[in-house]
Amino acid sequence: MLYIVLIPLLLSCIIPFISKIKHKLHTGLFVFLIPTVIFIYFIRFVGTEFEPVRQSYNWIPSLGINFDFYLDGLSLLFALLISGIGALVVLYSIYYLDKGERLGHFYVYLLMFMSAMLGVVLSDNIFVLYTFWELTSISSFLLIGYWHFKEKSRYGALKSMLITIFGGLSMFGGFILLSVMTGTTSIQVMIQNAEVIMNSPYMPLALGFMLIGAFTKSAQFPFHIWLPDAMEAPTPVSAYLHSATMVKAGLFLVARFSPIFADYEWFFIIVSVAGIVTLCWGSYMAVHQTDLKAILAFSTISQLGMIMAMLGFGTEAAAFAAVFHILCHATFKGSLFMVAGIVDHETGTRDIRKLGGLMTFMPMSAALALFGTFSMAGIPLPFLNGFYSKEMFFQSTLDLPAGANVVATFLVDIIPYLAVFGSIFTFVYSLYFLFGTFAGKKQVDQLPKHPHEAPIGMLLSPFILVLGVILIGLFPNAFNGTFIAHAAEAVAGSAVVENIKFWHGLSPAFQMSLAVVAIGTILVSTRRKWSKVYTFVPGGRSINNIYDAIISKLDSWSRRITTFYMTGSLRLYMAIILSTIMLVTLSFMLVTDGFTINSNDLAPVRLTEIAVVLVIIAAAIGTIFARQNLAAILIVGVVGYGVSLLFVIYRAPDLALTQLVVETVSVALFLLCFYHLPNLRNKKDSTGTRLTNGIVSIGFGTLMTLIGISAHSSDWFGTISDYFLKTSHSLGGGDNVVNVILVDMRGLDTLFEITVLGIAALAIYSLIKIKIKKGTK
Amino acid sequence: MEFIILILAGVLFATAIYNLLQKQLLRIIIGTVLLSHGAHLFILTMGKLKRGEPPILADGVSEYTDPLPQALILTSIVISFGITSLLLVLAYRTATENNTDNMEQLRGNDNE
Repeated sequence: MLYIVLIPLLLSCIIPFISKIKHKLHTGLFVFLIPTVIFIYFIRFVGTEFEPVRQSYNWIPSLGINFDFYLDGLSLLFALLISGIGALVVLYSIYYLDKGERLGHFYVYLLMFMSAMLGVVLSDNIFVLYTFWELTSISSFLLIGYWHFKEKSRYGALKSMLITIFGGLSMFGGFILLSVMTGTTSIQVMIQNAEVIMNSPYMPLALGFMLIGAFTKSAQFPFHIWLPDAMEAPTPVSAYLHSATMVKAGLFLVARFSPIFADYEWFFIIVSVAGIVTLCWGSYMAVHQTDLKAILAFSTISQLGMIMAMLGFGTEAAAFAAVFHILCHATFKGSLFMVAGIVDHETGTRDIRKLGGLMTFMPMSAALALFGTFSMAGIPLPFLNGFYSKEMFFQSTLDLPAGANVVATFLVDIIPYLAVFGSIFTFVYSLYFLFGTFAGKKQVDQLPKHPHEAPIGMLLSPFILVLGVILIGLFPNAFNGTFIAHAAEAVAGSAVVENIKFWHGLSPAFQMSLAVVAIGTILVSTRRKWSKVYTFVPGGRSINNIYDAIISKLDSWSRRITTFYMTGSLRLYMAIILSTIMLVTLSFMLVTDGFTINSNDLAPVRLTEIAVVLVIIAAAIGTIFARQNLAAILIVGVVGYGVSLLFVIYRAPDLALTQLVVETVSVALFLLCFYHLPNLRNKKDSTGTRLTNGIVSIGFGTLMTLIGISAHSSDWFGTISDYFLKTSHSLGGGDNVVNVILVDMRGLDTLFEITVLGIAALAIYSLIKIKIKKGTK
Repeated sequence: MEFIILILAGVLFATAIYNLLQKQLLRIIIGTVLLSHGAHLFILTMGKLKRGEPPILADGVSEYTDPLPQALILTSIVISFGITSLLLVLAYRTATENNTDNMEQLRGNDNE
């Protein structure tokens, strides 16, 4: 199974070479073989006697991260959708995309996505699942931005990337919590140990994180906003990724983990509410759109919400209905996207206000759209699969188990009404899509191209999908036993026996369907009269605006914060660094009670030394007030000589000698620069700045003194210098211990100190010698 | 006495940092020089002041001052001298190339 998952990814490496011969052959013809082979591989598993298959390949065994693949009913359903619709989409894209496009890029991204998606649905290891999950986000980003020269494509790609990666990372957090709780990385082992997870205090956190991941990927309210903008992708991509496969990854995640969480009250509340709200909002907003693909995008959002709601219900019948609708939705939505692409391709526009009356020009497309939209609307005809799933949806809303708490009880009461509300609007936008495009007034003159029927090859894929709609509609139970029941079993956690029948009698669910059709018909015919309602809800408020505001605010705030402290002034950076050092050290010392004063072990104070110290202090303070360069340099010299005097007093002859020489040379160097540097006057800061600088410097000096006193007062262990003194003569062969340390015992220091001097000398030489003429930089 | 020398080191640190925070290049270099003086005195004091003769072995002497801090300071003096001279030449070059030694004007380009 590893090879099946990786085949598209591996073969995508040779696509760029094949796409070079595009003058003779469309690259898609070669690519078409890949999903077909995969589809044939998976179709062999279909049957009533299906048993889950498990395979494992080592990747990082030490971390428990392996390519563990697990093929059960749910994975099989998704794998068939991915490869089957993948093949049809590639077939469609052969006719949709011109040979002049960058086909190499397109098919590489598409195959990458196919691998990633197969990996997501087949992985049993959560970290491998996460890896493939992010790969779907990345390849989706690349595909949305396929026409990268368009501003809107880039905007849509970035938006989907930010939102889905945000969700992906959140899901990753949930996965880590789960693996910490159970000590395993395998989903199936987790399901077997569900009670460990349910009893853990981290369970709500893990569930919340995972649901954010699922909701962002499956475009649930309020994370649905990326999906309409993702419609800037080429239509084959919209049909494949944004209706049939990727947006169902979130549903897959919820379905996969629902055996663990299904009994948890808040799982029901959160998932059903998210689903129902998404269903209503998506279908309500779809009627308001003018772009064919935007209608379909909001329709996808609402249908995904419906499936999500059913997964949240947690009953066996709801799980069955959810799985069934995943299959149905993939067939009719895929075909509708392809029809929208055909209309766009043959007329040059997707704006429904400009379209109309295309039935006579494009009878085949119109017929395909008719089946697709009627199935989507759930019109009660025995050959449309959408009706069965809608009926099961209504039935499952009615059969909800009584809630344990107040919120759940309230939800159980209200959900059927919301379901009917969402379905009414589903009916409205389905017919609006169909009649707005193919019926009504002909406006052929205003279209960019003269409309005509699409080539047969282009119609082939939507035709096969519509055939699927009808076949599932006519023989629902043939699909039931072979794989829907197996998939539902994986979701519900126990065997599910459901019989799909067209006629249940005049049941409440059927009455709900009739109500939907009746009210929907009225609303469709009076659409112009009530469409003003959109100026009130949502009006100017939309979640897009909030997203845009967040992005631009984050941008401007971070810019403001950065320009606030990154002023380019080195003095400010210096002050910040020093204050930070000061505050951190001070608070550390205070917290650990580090300041101590112990005067037991001190040398006696003598007047000569006091005099030297006072002179140095006076000179050091004098540097601040000196106005002339010469004065400042000489005062620094006084400090240096004073320090060397202290070295003399404290029995350090070598130091005194070196300090004297170095100080003399330094002063000479200062004097050399003296003529070339401007004078020190007239560079005064404001009082506030001077005060801050004063506080920082005095604070730092005080702190260093205190640290020095504390360090001196605490005697941890003796010195190692006894060794140097003892062995200087015998081992080093010298009596000057300091010099023996420098060249013998710690000679390496000296070597590199010489190197430092050498580098400094070279740098000074080149600074003086190299002159870069202005303008030649 | 150690406390007094440490106070002196503190004063040197304080004045050094006040100079470092000034506008003019020359003042900043003066600040680094003072800072290294302060650090040297700090190291010297850590080895305890004046507990015997200079660390040059001689007959009949049993108490010497600690030679290790002296070796460390000697290394440090040389390094800080190298840095100071490099900074001076750099300041000279900066001031002549840009016609200013004011740190407020030496801020680099916006695009960097």
